Amino acid sequence: MNPTPRLSRTEGGSRRRATHDPRWMRALLVGAAFLFLGLFLFVPLASVFAHALAKGIGPYLETFQDPVTLSAIRLTLIAAAVAVPLNTLFGVCAAWAIAKFDFRGKQVLLTLIDLPFSVSPVISGLIYVLLFGAQGWLGPWLAERDLQIIFAIPGILLATLFVTFPFVARELIPLMQAQGRMEEEAAMVLGASGWKTWWRVTLPNIKWGLLYGIILCNARAMGEFGAVSVVSGHIRGQTNTLPLHVEILYNEYNAVAAFAVASLLTLLAVLTLALKSWVEGKQAASLAAASAATSP
Amino acid sequence: MRHLRQRSVLPGFGLTLGYSLLYLGLIVLIPLASTFLKTTTLSWSEFWAAVSSPRVVASYRLSFGASFLAGLVNCLAGLVVAWVLVRYEFWGKRLVDALVDLPFALPTAVAGIALTTLYARTGWIGAWLEPLGISVAFTPLGVFVALTFIGLPFVVRTVQPVLQDLEPELEEAAASLGANRWQTFRRILLPVLRPALLTGFALAFARALGEYGSVVFISGNMPMKTEITPLLIITKLEQYDYAGATALAAVMLVISFALLLAINLLHWWGSRHHAPA
Repeated sequence: MNPTPRLSRTEGGSRRRATHDPRWMRALLVGAAFLFLGLFLFVPLASVFAHALAKGIGPYLETFQDPVTLSAIRLTLIAAAVAVPLNTLFGVCAAWAIAKFDFRGKQVLLTLIDLPFSVSPVISGLIYVLLFGAQGWLGPWLAERDLQIIFAIPGILLATLFVTFPFVARELIPLMQAQGRMEEEAAMVLGASGWKTWWRVTLPNIKWGLLYGIILCNARAMGEFGAVSVVSGHIRGQTNTLPLHVEILYNEYNAVAAFAVASLLTLLAVLTLALKSWVEGKQAASLAAASAATSP
Repeated sequence: MRHLRQRSVLPGFGLTLGYSLLYLGLIVLIPLASTFLKTTTLSWSEFWAAVSSPRVVASYRLSFGASFLAGLVNCLAGLVVAWVLVRYEFWGKRLVDALVDLPFALPTAVAGIALTTLYARTGWIGAWLEPLGISVAFTPLGVFVALTFIGLPFVVRTVQPVLQDLEPELEEAAASLGANRWQTFRRILLPVLRPALLTGFALAFARALGEYGSVVFISGNMPMKTEITPLLIITKLEQYDYAGATALAAVMLVISFALLLAINLLHWWGSRHHAPA
């Protein structure tokens, strides 16, 4: 490709003027952005910790010795431990089928995978109540066998699975589609087995995208409120996850404890954002390295 | 299954697609379909009564109105934030860029109690607004504030990549033809950004319509005044009015799917707009 003609030195000033805004405008816009983000992001973030520590560190730490809080932490960890691996397995399978093969109805499948993101959290819980609840389609059958899904842990797991369903798949599908299938085909033609091709060729190529999807999936699994609230039944110490525990404490006017538990979830969110931008940096670096390796 | 696809040397098509479809069916499609089936057990008049009672209509008005206004504010603010993040260098830029996603990462219940406490009459922000006669918490304004918070990242994240890929030649050409900065923005940049802005607005609007956790604390949940539609579904469920809850859910689902379709069309429009000539 011919190098694009550079603008001559005398035109350099107008080039700058064309794409650079005057200083007062930059200051105004940056100021406006900071004001908006400050009001809606920084202040709420700071207020969580301020209220949590309003009565000092003692009452803050006491919250985490309460067995009810501990059981909420346990249930939240269980929900994430179930939802993240299952949805990761699904995401990898769906991405492999969609990115590496051509078949009819692919576009429909892509839309269906995204469905849970467009459904209100409340409805995400409701659909399981209508299926497994006492009045639901399978309610009588479950009652006969003394099985309980709604207002019990299985319902919480199902609702969490539903709301975190697309995260890994939607991260991997575009990435694997962009990478094409030539590297895998080369490995197979050279005699590698399917498993070996996956572990040695595909996985190293998608690892950062996969990690990105898992981080987002985990954050939502631990933080989901609406869907879990519908199916949980709010039984203290039994079917309460951390976000539901925040609600109970807040409604009992126990502000310090509510914000203490909320601060734990806020730390999780901040950690998620930090990991996310770290992975984004890694991904950009590996993409740059890959394109540098392939260009002459 | 073989006739569905072209031949390939890669293995695992049947297994991975089969598992994906099974899992999709069990977790998403069957539960969603059974909700629609449940509405068919209602007669038409029952259904209509459930979705058009005055209390329900008031909740639609609040949910749609507040989501629409929050989407508009986010369009404007999101454009400014995206512009600043792409075009300018300033202290703390990387931190700001990462924090924009906070509403995605922060559990909605935490956002709910934090915003409620801030905007309550004695809160850090509410105390400033109180002398001006503005009360936010437990009013429709509070619903708007919560929905603005959760919709914040959408416009930024849809506009940012388009702005990043924009060729400086476009603006240079406009400037060399004598356009000033404002004319360049209005006549050159805005038309290019319009699909991304609309997509961001639609995503924020769709998310706001279904939002529950961050709104339920700040709204005060007074019937006819500050009750959003998702909350009304829960209220009906708690009163064992399964038919009413299902009918409302069906209406909301149809609206969500229509919005999803609109967003996909916008995406298609945007990629056509963006395609090199």
